[in-house]
Amino acid sequence: MSILVNKNSRVIVQGITGSEGSFHAAQMIEYGTQIVGGVTPGKGGQTALDEKVPVFNSVVNARQKTCANVSIIFVPPAFAAEAIIEASDAGIEVIVCITEGIPVHDMVVVKKIVDSNGTRLVGPNCPGIITVDECKLGIMPGFITRPGSVGVISKSGTLTYEAIDQLVKVGLGQTTAIGIGGDPIIGTDMRTVLELFEKDEETGAVVLIGEIGGQMEIDAARWAKVNMTKPIVAFIAGQTAPPGRRMGHAGAIVSGGDDTAAAKMKILSECGISVCESVAEIGEKTKSLLEKGIDG
Amino acid sequence: MKIHEYQGKAILKKFGIPIQDGLVIENLRDAEKAIENVQKQFKSEAVVVKAQIHAGGRGKGGGVKFSPTKEIALENVKNILGMNLITHQTGPAGQKVGKVFVTEAIDIEKEFYAALTLDRSRGDHIFMVSTEGGMDIETVAANTPEKISKVWINPLVGMKNYQARNLAYGLHLSGDAFKTTVDVFLKMYKCYQETDASLIEINPLVLTTSQTVLALDAKFNFDDNAKYRQAEIVGMRDLDEEDHTEVEAGKFHLNYIKLDGDVGCMVNGAGLAMATMDIIKLAGGEPANFLDVGGTANVDTVKNGFKIILSDKHVRAVLINIFGGIVRCDRVANGVIQAVKELDLMIPVIVRLEGTNATEAKKLLSDSGLTIIPADSMMDAAHKVVNAAHANQESTCQF
Repeated sequence: MSILVNKNSRVIVQGITGSEGSFHAAQMIEYGTQIVGGVTPGKGGQTALDEKVPVFNSVVNARQKTCANVSIIFVPPAFAAEAIIEASDAGIEVIVCITEGIPVHDMVVVKKIVDSNGTRLVGPNCPGIITVDECKLGIMPGFITRPGSVGVISKSGTLTYEAIDQLVKVGLGQTTAIGIGGDPIIGTDMRTVLELFEKDEETGAVVLIGEIGGQMEIDAARWAKVNMTKPIVAFIAGQTAPPGRRMGHAGAIVSGGDDTAAAKMKILSECGISVCESVAEIGEKTKSLLEKGIDG
Repeated sequence: MKIHEYQGKAILKKFGIPIQDGLVIENLRDAEKAIENVQKQFKSEAVVVKAQIHAGGRGKGGGVKFSPTKEIALENVKNILGMNLITHQTGPAGQKVGKVFVTEAIDIEKEFYAALTLDRSRGDHIFMVSTEGGMDIETVAANTPEKISKVWINPLVGMKNYQARNLAYGLHLSGDAFKTTVDVFLKMYKCYQETDASLIEINPLVLTTSQTVLALDAKFNFDDNAKYRQAEIVGMRDLDEEDHTEVEAGKFHLNYIKLDGDVGCMVNGAGLAMATMDIIKLAGGEPANFLDVGGTANVDTVKNGFKIILSDKHVRAVLINIFGGIVRCDRVANGVIQAVKELDLMIPVIVRLEGTNATEAKKLLSDSGLTIIPADSMMDAAHKVVNAAHANQESTCQF
């Protein structure tokens, strides 16, 4: 068990003939992901990655020929919004969009469409999803993970790797790690991922990594307080971020009130979540929490 | 991206929204002619002289002056053009005024507030209006929320007439003023959509004594992700309003924000960069900057990163924190070594590399013979850089 993707996921890569798409498709195949096809309009009938992967003109076509149910998108920002809609309309169940820089006015439309189609979109502007030793659907380094029982949710890329690395160093493996992205409009929020981890039998604890800006961490914490039986360890990045400045991620901006790191940390603690003061505590804190759980 | 009031008003005008209009001057020698032209065009002796800076609170800071005669207007232009305007949004350093907008003077009966932005949690656009124009909207929301009317706009459907009417009813308008305002709101939404704005705020939108409605101010924010399809908007960018170093960093595709401390940092990834700043603070130091060098950290990005960080003369030590995922750490280490050599750096550099080939990378750094201090964990790196910064500061004081 795991969430969203596993060894049975049949994956297509939209934008497989581009440099990013082909590079990461090869990396994903190496990890063991079932890449069954690629999509590049106008290049249907060709093959990619040394003739290993068939390329199709459209997602509909790729889905008919390969029975794909999952897609990962490496299409440039001007075309990525449409690529998501195309995959969703073709009946793809899980879409991960890696592309950074999609205009917000495009994403609000995309979000309405994927929601009404019932598609699970992760991202955009995210590192993707990895279910340890089964399926890597993203750009993260797969070798840093170990199989185990901790689920990881994060808004950022390298900070997710840092958390995974710390968990591994204290002897804790992961079920699935998911980077949801740092844009103002994203397909899947933290609360939804918490719900999925709560239902997943193999996941025993969750590490949640948030940052300044928006209300998502707070919404997730309030939901968890009522519904979550598994322990959560959280870290919020941006305690030293000045207000009104966008810290890299388009969504990471303190606009006053509840969206500062301090305010989020306080509310998360009040909701029963173990909050780390520093990023360096993530591994140890999760370990001690799990040990306490076993003793009790 | 932000723009000036006069540019925002030009956009509103293009979309058919009535505005308080005028002429922009950058040189004092153009002032007299501009004032005369505004007086002639609007058939009134009185004009308003408005400082053009991106920050709000210009009126309270002394950057907006009602001028009943040409002579007074000229005097006001002289005082405002080139002044260092300090408002609650500029910070104590203030912002130099490079442009002045000379506008018609308006006889105001009522002032309203109107704004359009994204409601992130709902995924809809939100249009807010208030009868309390000219005031800070957060104060109104806190003290008298009943004076704010809101409608949420589904991006698939767009703004409907009934929504614009409901907003205008919220302002207690009737007759021609009501009709004009409904029209203004619909046009604002069109403008918001077509310019890829992330915020349009008209504060105040006024009802004049002759019962016409017009925008007295215009504040726009634009989505940086949409720059590729908004060439006209990008052309309005005023680099004088932005931090020089941040503009330079942008040219190298580096994401840099200057802070007040003395510990520089260079990190791959925005989240990890923020976490690094936080841990520097926790270790007793003050971060000098936010710097995300992106996914690939090669010799050029590291070199450019150093140049940007060290252009801030307060920096006493630098921490490089790279989580090498698909990029191998030994390559990053070689990049750091080469950059330090080429730039002939005298400042202590602490490097923490984690990920593929981290052990080899550490050895490369130790064997380099340079002033590079390798670190193991983030906490270790933070302590080392803070200590180095303190030591460096002490030695400077002795000389």
